[in-house]
Amino acid sequence: MIESIIINGLTSGGVYALLAIGFSLIFGVARIINLAHTAFYMLAAYLIFTFASFLGLNPLLSVILSVIAVTIIGVFSYKLVINPVREHETAILIVTIALAIIIQEVMLMAFGGHPRVVPSLVSGYTEILGAKVAYKQLLAFGIALIILLCTWALLLKTKLGIAVRSTAQDREVANLMGINVARTGMITMGMAVALAAIAGALVAPLRVLEPGMWMHPLVMVLAIVVLGGLGSIKGSFVGAFILGFAETLVVFLVPMGAFLKGAVALTIMLIVILIRPEGLFGVAFEEER
Amino acid sequence: MGIISGYIGRVYKQFTGEILVLPSRTVALLFCLTLFLLPLITADPYILRILILASIFAIFAASWDLLSGFTGQMNFGHALFFGVAAYTSALLNLHIGLPHWLTIPLGALAAVLAGLVIGVPCLRLRGPYLALATLAFPLILTGIIFAIPGITGGELGVSGIDRLSGSRVIEYYIVVTLMISLGFVMWKITDSKTGLLFHAIREDEVAARASGINTTRYKLLAFCLSGLFAGIAGGLYVHFMRIAGPSTLALMLSFQAIIWAIFGGIATIYGAIAGVFILVPLMEFLRVMPEIRMLLFAIIVMLVLLFMPEGLTTWVRDKIEKECPRCKLRNLATRKSCRVCRADLG
Repeated sequence: MIESIIINGLTSGGVYALLAIGFSLIFGVARIINLAHTAFYMLAAYLIFTFASFLGLNPLLSVILSVIAVTIIGVFSYKLVINPVREHETAILIVTIALAIIIQEVMLMAFGGHPRVVPSLVSGYTEILGAKVAYKQLLAFGIALIILLCTWALLLKTKLGIAVRSTAQDREVANLMGINVARTGMITMGMAVALAAIAGALVAPLRVLEPGMWMHPLVMVLAIVVLGGLGSIKGSFVGAFILGFAETLVVFLVPMGAFLKGAVALTIMLIVILIRPEGLFGVAFEEER
Repeated sequence: MGIISGYIGRVYKQFTGEILVLPSRTVALLFCLTLFLLPLITADPYILRILILASIFAIFAASWDLLSGFTGQMNFGHALFFGVAAYTSALLNLHIGLPHWLTIPLGALAAVLAGLVIGVPCLRLRGPYLALATLAFPLILTGIIFAIPGITGGELGVSGIDRLSGSRVIEYYIVVTLMISLGFVMWKITDSKTGLLFHAIREDEVAARASGINTTRYKLLAFCLSGLFAGIAGGLYVHFMRIAGPSTLALMLSFQAIIWAIFGGIATIYGAIAGVFILVPLMEFLRVMPEIRMLLFAIIVMLVLLFMPEGLTTWVRDKIEKECPRCKLRNLATRKSCRVCRADLG
C-alpha cells in the first residue's frame, strides 16, 4: 500500500512537474496564461497512439516524432494566434481556451470519444521491497527526472537560459541589454510545449486516452504554479510533488477518493496561498503599470 | 392638459436627445422592443427556449463583467455563484416546498454569502493568483457534491423542481423582463460613483487607496453584487430547466462566462449581453452540423478576437461613434462637432 502510494505519487508528481514548469516558463517570459498548455499534452498522447497503433511505427520512434510534431504545432500556434493578441490579457484567455477546444474537437473527430490505450515502451514489473512496480512507471519517473535536470541545466548554465530568465525578470531591460525578446518568447513557447509533449508521452502508456483528458491536468497545473509561486521553477517542481502526492494519498486512503482528489489538492493550494499570497517560492513581481 | 402635453413633449425630447442621438442606444432600444414583441410573431417553444436560456446566461455573463471587467478581480470560478444559487434554490424548493418567488432570492442570497466567503480570503491576492485561486472554489464544491450523493444527488443532480410558470410565453416574459431590468441596473451601477471606484481599483489599486478609497470594502461589494446577479441567474436556470446538476458548477461554465463577456466586449455590461445573444443562438444554429459544432464555435470566437481583441461591441462602437475630446461624451461618427459642447470633433 505505502509502496504503491510512493511510486504513484512520484510518477504523477514527475508528470505534473514537467507540465507545471513549462506553464510557469511561458508565463514568466511572455506573461501568457496558456490555458491550452495541457491540450498539447493530450495532443502528444494521441499522436503517439496514431504513430504506434495506426501506422505501426516503433514505439520509441513514434514518441520522438510526436514530441517534435507537437512542438512545431505549438510554436506555430503561438506565432499565429497567441502572439498577435499578447497585449490584451483577456483576449489571450479566450484565444487559448478556444485553441484547447479546437485541439479537443479535432481529436474527437479523428478518434471518437471512446478511450484508447497506447502500448508501452517496456513491459513487465519488478519487486521493490515486496511491492510490484511496473517498469513503465519507473521509466516514466526516470525520464521525467532526467528531463527536469536537463531543463534546470539549460536554464541555469546556458546563454539561452540566462536570456529566458532575464526576460522573465524584466522584459524591457532584457530588451535593452540586446536580448531578442520576441525570439526568446518563441523559443520558450517551444520549450514549454515540448515539456508538455514529453509529459503526454510519459502518461500515454499509464492511462487511457480520451479527448477530455486535458481538463483535470490543467486545473492541477494551475493549482501547482500558484502553490509554488508563479514564474518560479523551483516552486513548480516542489508544488508538483506536493499535489501529486496529495492526490495519490486521497485516492488510496479516502473512500470516494477519486471524486475528492481534485478538491483536496485545490484546498491545499488555497490554504498555502492564503497564508503566503505569493506562493511557496514566489518571486514578488513588480507591479506592472 | 397643457401640463400633460408639456410632459409628453419633455419625454419625447429626452427620448430623441438621449436615445435616438446615438446609434448604440437605438440598437439597444430596438433589441429590447424585439425581445418583447417576439412572442406576438412566433410562439415556437424551441425559439423561446433558446432566448430564455440566452437571457439567463446574459445575466450571468454581465455579472462576471461587473466583477472582473470593471473591478479587475479576474474570476475564473464564476460558476460557483451560479451553482450555489442553483443548488440552494433546488433543495429549498424540493425539500421545504418553497415557491420559486422565494427560492430564487434565497438562492441569490446564498450566492452573495458565497461571494463573501471567497471574497474575504481573496482580498490579499491579485492578478493571476486571484484568477487561479477563484478557479478552485467551484471545483472543490463539485468534489463535495459528488462525495455526498445522498443530499445532492451526486452526478444526476436534483430534479423535479417546480416550473417558473405553466406557460412557456409567461416564462419567457418573466425571464426577459428580469434580464433587461437587471442588465439596466448593472449598467447603472457601473455608471455611478461606485462604478467609477470599480474602474479606479482596476486601473491602479494603490493609487485608489492613496486617494482615500476603502478598496477592501469596494472589492467585497463587487464580489457580493456579482454574486447576487449570478445567483439570480442560477435560480432562474434551475426553475426553468427543473434540474440542478454538477454542470452548473463546471469549469466549462466559468469559461463560457469569460468567453461571452470578452467576445462581446469587456467592461461594458451590454457587451456581455450582446455576446451571449450572439453566441448562444449561433451555438444552436450550428446544431445542423453536430460533429464540428464546437470546432466551428471555437474557430469563430478565435477569429473574431484576433481581429477585434477588445471585443465585438467595443469594435463596432468605435466605428460608429467617437468620443468628444473635451467633454468625453459619445457622438455619432459622422458629426463634425460635439452634440453637447460644440467642440470640433475633427
